[in-house]
Amino acid sequence: MNTLIAIGVLAVLVLIAEIINLRKMVIPMTVIGLLGILGYTVCNISVVEAYYNNMFVSTRFSNAFSSLFIALTIFIVALSNDFYKNEFTKIADYVSLKLFLLMGAICMVSFGNMAMFFLGLEILSITLYILCGADRKNIKSNESAMKYFLLGSFASGIVLFGIALIYGATGSFDIAQISNIAVSTSLPVWYALGATMIIIGMLFKVAAVPFHFWAPDVYQGAPTLTTTIMSTLVKVTAIATLYKISVNLLHQMPESYMNALIFITIITLTVGNIMAIRQDNMKRLLAYSGISHAGFMMMALTALGSASPNLFYYATAYSFAGMAAFTVLMAVCKNNEDELISSFDGLGKRNPLMAIVLSIALLSMGGIPVFAGFFGKFFLFSQAIQNGYITLVIFGVINSFISIYYYLKVIIRMFANYEETNREKLAVPALYSIIGTIAAAIIIVVGLFPSLLLNLFN
Amino acid sequence: MENVIEIIGIEKYIYLSIILFCIGVFGILFRRNAIIMFMCIEIMLNSANMLLVAFSTYHQDAQGQVFVFFTMAVAAAEVAVGLAILVTIYRNIGSIDIDKLKNLKG
Repeated sequence: MNTLIAIGVLAVLVLIAEIINLRKMVIPMTVIGLLGILGYTVCNISVVEAYYNNMFVSTRFSNAFSSLFIALTIFIVALSNDFYKNEFTKIADYVSLKLFLLMGAICMVSFGNMAMFFLGLEILSITLYILCGADRKNIKSNESAMKYFLLGSFASGIVLFGIALIYGATGSFDIAQISNIAVSTSLPVWYALGATMIIIGMLFKVAAVPFHFWAPDVYQGAPTLTTTIMSTLVKVTAIATLYKISVNLLHQMPESYMNALIFITIITLTVGNIMAIRQDNMKRLLAYSGISHAGFMMMALTALGSASPNLFYYATAYSFAGMAAFTVLMAVCKNNEDELISSFDGLGKRNPLMAIVLSIALLSMGGIPVFAGFFGKFFLFSQAIQNGYITLVIFGVINSFISIYYYLKVIIRMFANYEETNREKLAVPALYSIIGTIAAAIIIVVGLFPSLLLNLFN
Repeated sequence: MENVIEIIGIEKYIYLSIILFCIGVFGILFRRNAIIMFMCIEIMLNSANMLLVAFSTYHQDAQGQVFVFFTMAVAAAEVAVGLAILVTIYRNIGSIDIDKLKNLKG
C-alpha cells in the first residue's frame, strides 16, 4: 500500500515541478524516487497484509510483480529524456502519466476487491490511450490511439459485465469471499458466464489469439516509447492479472473449460509465430512475437496456484528482453519514417554495442541457453509436463524453433550485410547505450542465477 | 412494501441487461461512425450498471450501488479521452469515419 501511495505522491510532485518550472529536475527526481520505492518494495517483499477492508492485499505475488513493474518504469522514464527531446515542455505530463499507469498496474496485481481491479484496469488503459495518441499531428498515432481506445473500452465493458454477473451470483465483490463461496456452494449459471467474460476481457488486454487483431496495428502506430510500455509493462501486468483472476475464479471449472484455455494458448503460440515470420516492420515483428510470448506465459494457467514463481521468472525475462530490443529500435529508427527491418542492416559495424544488445535480447526471447528466456521456457514447460499437458509442451517446443528462425533472420541481417551497406557510424545517445546494456546484463544475470528470482517466492 | 425485484423477477432484469449489452456489442462491431461507436460503449457500460443495481437490490446489499458510482466516473473519464482522440483525428483528416483510418496494416 505504501508503494502505491508513494508512487501517487511522486506523480503529483512531478506535476508540481512543472508548475514551478523545474522541468529539468523531473526525470532525475522520478528515477531516484522510483529507485527508492523499488528498494522499499523489495525489502518488504514478504509482508502479507490487507488494507482498507481487503480492497488492497499485498502478497508475495503482488509485491514481486510490483517490483518488476517499478523496475520497468524506471527504464521507461529514463528513456523519456532522449525520446521526448523535441517536446521537452511537456515532459512532466508524459512522466506523470507513466507514473499513474504504474499505479494502475500495481492495483491490478494487488487487488482484493473487484472494484480495485476494475479501477486499476481503467487507470492503466486510459493513461495508455492518451500515451498512444500523444504524437497528435501524426495520423498513424491517432489511428492507433483510436483502435486501442475502441477495443480497450470494449474489453473493459465485457470485464465490467462479468463483474456484475459474478456479483449477482455471489453477492460480494471481495475476491477471497467469491473464491470461498465458489468452492463451497453450487452457483447459478451466471457465475460461470461472468468468470468467462472477465477472462475474455483480460485475454483482449493480453492480446491472446482470437482477440489479438488490434495489437500489431496499435503497436506499429503508437510512439515507440509507448509501444515499449505496451509490450513490456502492460503485457506482463495483464498476464499477471489474468493468472490471479484465474486462480481465484476458476478452481471449480469443468475439464472442458481448461481444454478451451489450452486451445487458446496453443493457437496464440502458433498464430503469433507464423504471422511474425512474414513481417518486414520491426515493431510489427515484435508485436507478433509478443503475442506468442503471451501464449508461453499463459502456460502458467495449467498449474493454477503453484506456477507464480515460474510465471514471474518468464515475465521478467521477456520484459527485459523487450526493453533491450525496443531501446535499440528507438536508437536505430529515431529519424526514420518507418521501422523496417532493413534499417538494421549492417548494424554490427555501424554500432557494435547496440547490435550485441539486440542480439542478446532476441536470442533470449528465442530461448537460447544461458539467457534468461531459455530458463523461463524450461520452467514453464517442465511444470506443464508434470501436470500432464504433453500436447501443449509439444506445441510450445515447435513454436520455440519457429521463433528462433525469425529472430535469427534479424540478427543475421545485422552482422552479415557488411559490404552492401557502407553507411556511416550510427551515433546513439549515451543514455540509450547505458539502458540497453543494463537490460542485456539483467537478462544474462537472471539467466545465470535463476534462483535470484525464484527465491523471492519462498 | 413488497420488494419490486420479487414482483418482476430478477431474470427479467438480467435479460434486459443482456439485450442492452448485445446492442452495444453489435453497434461497435457493425457501425462505422465513431460517435455512434462511443455511444455503444456507453450502452455496454450502462447495461452492466443496471445489472449491478438490480443485483444490489436483489441481495439487499449496497456495495453494488457504490460500484456503479465508480463505473460512472470511469466511463466519463474514458469518453473524455476518447473524444479528445476523435478531435485530433478530425483535425488531421477532416472526418470521423473509422473506415478512413487505414494507414496501419501488414
